[in-house]
Amino acid sequence: MSDNYVPKSAVGKWFNERLPLLDLIYGHLMPYPTPKNLNYFWTFGGILTFCLVTQIITGLVLAMHYVADADLAFASVEHIMRDVNYGWLLRYIHANGASLFFMAVYIHMARSMFYGSYKEPRELIWIIGVFIFLLMIATAFMGYVLPWGQMSFWGATVITNLFSAIPIVGESVTNWLWGGYAVGSPLLTRFFTLHYLMPFLIFALVILHVWALHVPGNNNPEGIDVVKGSQDTVPFHPHYVVKDLFALVVFLIIFAGFVFFVPNLLGHTDNYIQANPLQTPEHIVPEWYFLPFYAILRAVPDKLGGVILMVSAIAILAFLPWLDTSKVRSAKYRPLYKQFVWLFFANTIFLGYLGAQVADGMYLIMGRIATVYYFAHFIIILPLLGYIEKTKPLPRSLSEPVLSKEEKEIIASGATT
Amino acid sequence: MSDKPVTRRNFLYITTGTFTAAGAASLVWPFVDQMNPDASVKALASTEVDLRPIASGQSITVLWRGKPVFIRRRTPEEISEAKAVSLDELPDPQDDSARAKNPEWLVMVGICTHLGCIPLGQKGEYNGWFCPCHGSHYDTSGRIRKGPAPTNLEIPNYVFLNDNTIKIG
Repeated sequence: MSDNYVPKSAVGKWFNERLPLLDLIYGHLMPYPTPKNLNYFWTFGGILTFCLVTQIITGLVLAMHYVADADLAFASVEHIMRDVNYGWLLRYIHANGASLFFMAVYIHMARSMFYGSYKEPRELIWIIGVFIFLLMIATAFMGYVLPWGQMSFWGATVITNLFSAIPIVGESVTNWLWGGYAVGSPLLTRFFTLHYLMPFLIFALVILHVWALHVPGNNNPEGIDVVKGSQDTVPFHPHYVVKDLFALVVFLIIFAGFVFFVPNLLGHTDNYIQANPLQTPEHIVPEWYFLPFYAILRAVPDKLGGVILMVSAIAILAFLPWLDTSKVRSAKYRPLYKQFVWLFFANTIFLGYLGAQVADGMYLIMGRIATVYYFAHFIIILPLLGYIEKTKPLPRSLSEPVLSKEEKEIIASGATT
Repeated sequence: MSDKPVTRRNFLYITTGTFTAAGAASLVWPFVDQMNPDASVKALASTEVDLRPIASGQSITVLWRGKPVFIRRRTPEEISEAKAVSLDELPDPQDDSARAKNPEWLVMVGICTHLGCIPLGQKGEYNGWFCPCHGSHYDTSGRIRKGPAPTNLEIPNYVFLNDNTIKIG
């Protein structure tokens, strides 16, 4: 980064000369040049980092009281809720934290799609992000199994059975995953282990994500290249530190609203019934943040086909930088894409709604149409738009779109400011 | 390859590298295999069931290797219904006689072959089993008739020890 950090204290100097860690952190947090026009959709990176740290800290303390054994897990969660000091608070923060983590990540991804942040030269940031999203899915799914309620058990059964769709080796793979012939204690113990490990892998990927981001710098709502250190950038501190903190406070108000007023709104009541391998709940639904993908899984009347399609729905995101053939990043300057991307968001939310319904009759037909549209967006609409869309002229600087007519005329007449 | 001669050093590099890679790869197996069903799980491989309390038209569910097993004493109507079906109508063609050693007793793993839910008995369009999760319909022989499940309900290995007792597994 531009300015080298010089610690003021003697201890700081001694440390920084031997390990320039403070220098590194300072460079990425303080003078880092940031486009001056970032809107509130750009605050979700900071919010997501906060979510990850919250999940790690609350998860760490919950693990001190939780027992990963099929006979004891359910009771140990109730023990956390009733006996452990502030156990109820820690668990509600952790459970609702997962939901808010996904809300934030979906907004973060939608922002990237809307403003074309995944495009050259930021493809790798996006791809690392897709891997973070995959790990988040795995972590959240395994975490939901740990309380060993009915939804935990049957969710685990349905999802691990997806692997049985693999031809020939499917059954061996599922038995290997289960450590037995059905979902039981061995699975619970290994899920707990992996659930504990994965957030740290996510953390490592987040460091790479930010590192890769700080090479080209942030994209911005205009989607144009910004010269670092020019009049179009401002230092990260204090401008975006303050903006991010303000957004975080608003986010925390919503978070606290869930934790203190409706802590079970996003959960399923069946998960307060202990797992029973002899009885399937009437209607198995995953957590809300998986519903769009669940709807895609059920849209196909074939087991293997459904599994392949669901996995593809996430994997296709990694190819987005190349499927989108337009050179213009921001939807602000892409009149057609702007409509299609909103349609895509609406369609994904609609898939989520369908994922919560019983897959039958009209719901199944609508699920199929929405699934087809989901994929069509990536493999038909996006590649074609780059060729047929007439984009609007891009501004030359971030200031241009907000200048008045007179100011523009002054610049056009060649006057220097 | 280029025109450089193969030296003694090339040979040593390649053999050392190959042996190191093979040694490291062989060490992967214990780390993978530890996840497979262990000896204590495998030891619970068989279950004996007393059939005397089950009247015609009744079913029970027993646990075998952690899985539910349906044991149904079928009514004569159910048996004739199962036998009357033409094999052409079945997505996974199997004759009823291949599924029930004694036509009166239907013994099968009570796990939907789609994604592992437990089907509900005497429900669905074929009066057999119906899986509420994703809507698979099975007939009175436990054969898939409609819905996303790919195959019939699995028949476990079992033997009649005598007229009133079966051993599953």
